[in-house]
Amino acid sequence: MEKILEKILNDYQLNKVNIISILQDIENSFGYIPEEAVFWFSKKLDIPASRFFGTATFYSQFHLKPRGKNIVTVCRGTACHVKGSERLINRLLMELDISPDEDTTADLKFTIEKVNCIKACGIAPVTILNQEVHGKMTLDKLMKEIKKIKVSE
Amino acid sequence: MNKDIVIKVCTGTSGVASGGEKVLSEFQDTISSTGIEATFYERCATQRVGCRGFCAKDVLVDIIINGEKTTYKHIKPDMVARIFDEHIIKGNPVTEWTVGEAFYNFHNKQTKVVLSQCGEIDPEDINAYMTVGGYKAAGIALTSMGTEEIVAIIKESNLRGRGGGGFPTGLKWELCSRIKSEIKYVICNGNESDPGAFMDTSVMEGDPHSVIEGMIICAKATESHHGYIYTKAEYSLAVKRLQKAIEQCFEKGFLGKNIFGTDFAFDIRIFQGAGAFVCGEATALMRSIEGKRGMPTPKLWRTVEKGLWDQPTVLNNVETFANIPKIILNGAQWYRNLGTERSGGTKVFSLSGKVKNTGLIEVPLGASLREIIYDIGGGIEGGKAFKGVQVGGPSGGCIPAGLLDTEVDYESLAQAGSIIGSGGMVVLDETSCMVNTAKFFLEITQTESCGKCIPCRIGTKRMLEILERITAGNGKEGDIELLEELGQYIRATSLCGLGMTAPNPVLSTLRYFRNEYESHIRDKKCPAAVCKDLITYSVLEEICNGCGACKRACPADAVRGKRKSPHRIDPEICIKCGTCFDACKFKAIIKA
Repeated sequence: MEKILEKILNDYQLNKVNIISILQDIENSFGYIPEEAVFWFSKKLDIPASRFFGTATFYSQFHLKPRGKNIVTVCRGTACHVKGSERLINRLLMELDISPDEDTTADLKFTIEKVNCIKACGIAPVTILNQEVHGKMTLDKLMKEIKKIKVSE
Repeated sequence: MNKDIVIKVCTGTSGVASGGEKVLSEFQDTISSTGIEATFYERCATQRVGCRGFCAKDVLVDIIINGEKTTYKHIKPDMVARIFDEHIIKGNPVTEWTVGEAFYNFHNKQTKVVLSQCGEIDPEDINAYMTVGGYKAAGIALTSMGTEEIVAIIKESNLRGRGGGGFPTGLKWELCSRIKSEIKYVICNGNESDPGAFMDTSVMEGDPHSVIEGMIICAKATESHHGYIYTKAEYSLAVKRLQKAIEQCFEKGFLGKNIFGTDFAFDIRIFQGAGAFVCGEATALMRSIEGKRGMPTPKLWRTVEKGLWDQPTVLNNVETFANIPKIILNGAQWYRNLGTERSGGTKVFSLSGKVKNTGLIEVPLGASLREIIYDIGGGIEGGKAFKGVQVGGPSGGCIPAGLLDTEVDYESLAQAGSIIGSGGMVVLDETSCMVNTAKFFLEITQTESCGKCIPCRIGTKRMLEILERITAGNGKEGDIELLEELGQYIRATSLCGLGMTAPNPVLSTLRYFRNEYESHIRDKKCPAAVCKDLITYSVLEEICNGCGACKRACPADAVRGKRKSPHRIDPEICIKCGTCFDACKFKAIIKA
């Protein structure tokens, strides 16, 4: 971990970018923002950890908890909403046994992510399964895809 | 480009999602693997193009043979071989796969300015942009026009901010150009967080150079030397293509020091935001570039005086900038005449929801909603009845069928209780519940409220709670009045545009669809049968033939019944997910 953080720090000092970019680099490297990483940077740069946490919790891109190995993103933009994205989410939560106020399975295999819009409204409802975008999603198709991922695990 | 055969494949976000990249590589493979490859390869150019607008028909493919264009719809990789064989080799287009009249109606009734090159040129190639007149306007502006001259043209054109506010662009530039300062900034707002709107992202993906050119002209007009494009890290395709476009500009000498051979310097950096709706607000966006939480600040000064890092800053939306080169080239009068008296030019809308032809459209300001939804959009899907159209995203309002002839411009929409806003247009039909729709939008603004000012932070929360209880069947007498009162206060006292417009969806649906709220509260019924807590699913025994499809589909095991005899849904176990409703081929399941 230390090594990766050193590299991010180096990039930061070279480009003089801001802490949002640092957080983006941390998120990209670990899949979430580990607490240790924040304290490490806080010490090195003499910026209060609260500023990092304040910024991280403000933007939806950052996560403070580890995320699942498979990420299922359901778009709940307006177009997707009127075409039934809520039903997709409810079914996913039930299928994967995740309680409504959580987003990740206990075994860290799946994370369900709701996003506001991924700008593919013409083919709503849209889901992203491990970075592959699927348009015109139906409950049936989605369950088949989830099964496929489960089998390959 | 002087080849006889050109193949164009849609690779916008929606195109890629429908398999555009695979279709493209299939074409490339087919061409290079056939025996006649040598002759054909030279004559074929596979080209990537950005958004074609008509996303409902993706993947769209154009085959142009000696200038004659044939457009195919819904193309999958396994269809490439036949097109190649019959059309490209034998010269007979595969007519059963070509687009029909709807496609041409969709395009012919539009007026394309911003989208004129989107979907026609390769967005990753600066030369493609230059062959259609790209960077000519910037060249003229840099070498032979003065600050005042540019400002005068933009003012004359009547171009108003396409981010939704509608502030006159020329005036904004003029205010900034008058301020004396060593450091000034030009910012392009590409945050576009409105769910259901994707025109800015499409322009950044499909024609990134037009945005950069607009920014260069703005830099000259305001004597700024630094530019930022603020977009979201999530829009990875837009970020990639903008980055590439910027690099190409540095190579050509359109960005950097001494651009266009003059002593003027201008550079552009991309700033990738981390996902916050409120960062579309000018001051919040600037705080975000400064690395802070994206919270709006009170506008004691205009941002043209004190903006980014307290320096004079011009901030315009993606679409505003994309219009600029065309205005310089074709003249202010041309642009002005396209629109209405008060607002010139065209506006891009993203048409989605329950309409047949979903996609990106561009119409002159002043076109009516009816023209947009029926002539271009092709009417409502599945022969259902039109109910309303939500214009302007979560900050906008819902316009009912009775006002379909409303002209689309800043003032008329405001009068109808909506805004142009981001330009998202989501069409709702009889199966959409207005209370649920209003709740949906408020949920977004409520979660995205930055929390700085109380009316927005607490007010929207209280409004949402009321809507939640109404849709759950626990609404009380007086709730409607309370919503209206809260809405008015939040509108009047919030710090920034997010709070000021957040009550719009609720207030506008209350204005036009009050009876739906009343049925939810008094009769505990959802007229559109959407709100889960107010509907039940049941089987019509006289139609059910006992095929068992619903029983197999039900995830909660709530369907009872023997094969070939009518089934029954156990209301105690049913979770109202609607799976059985979709699974039944005989329409034997009803929700009410």
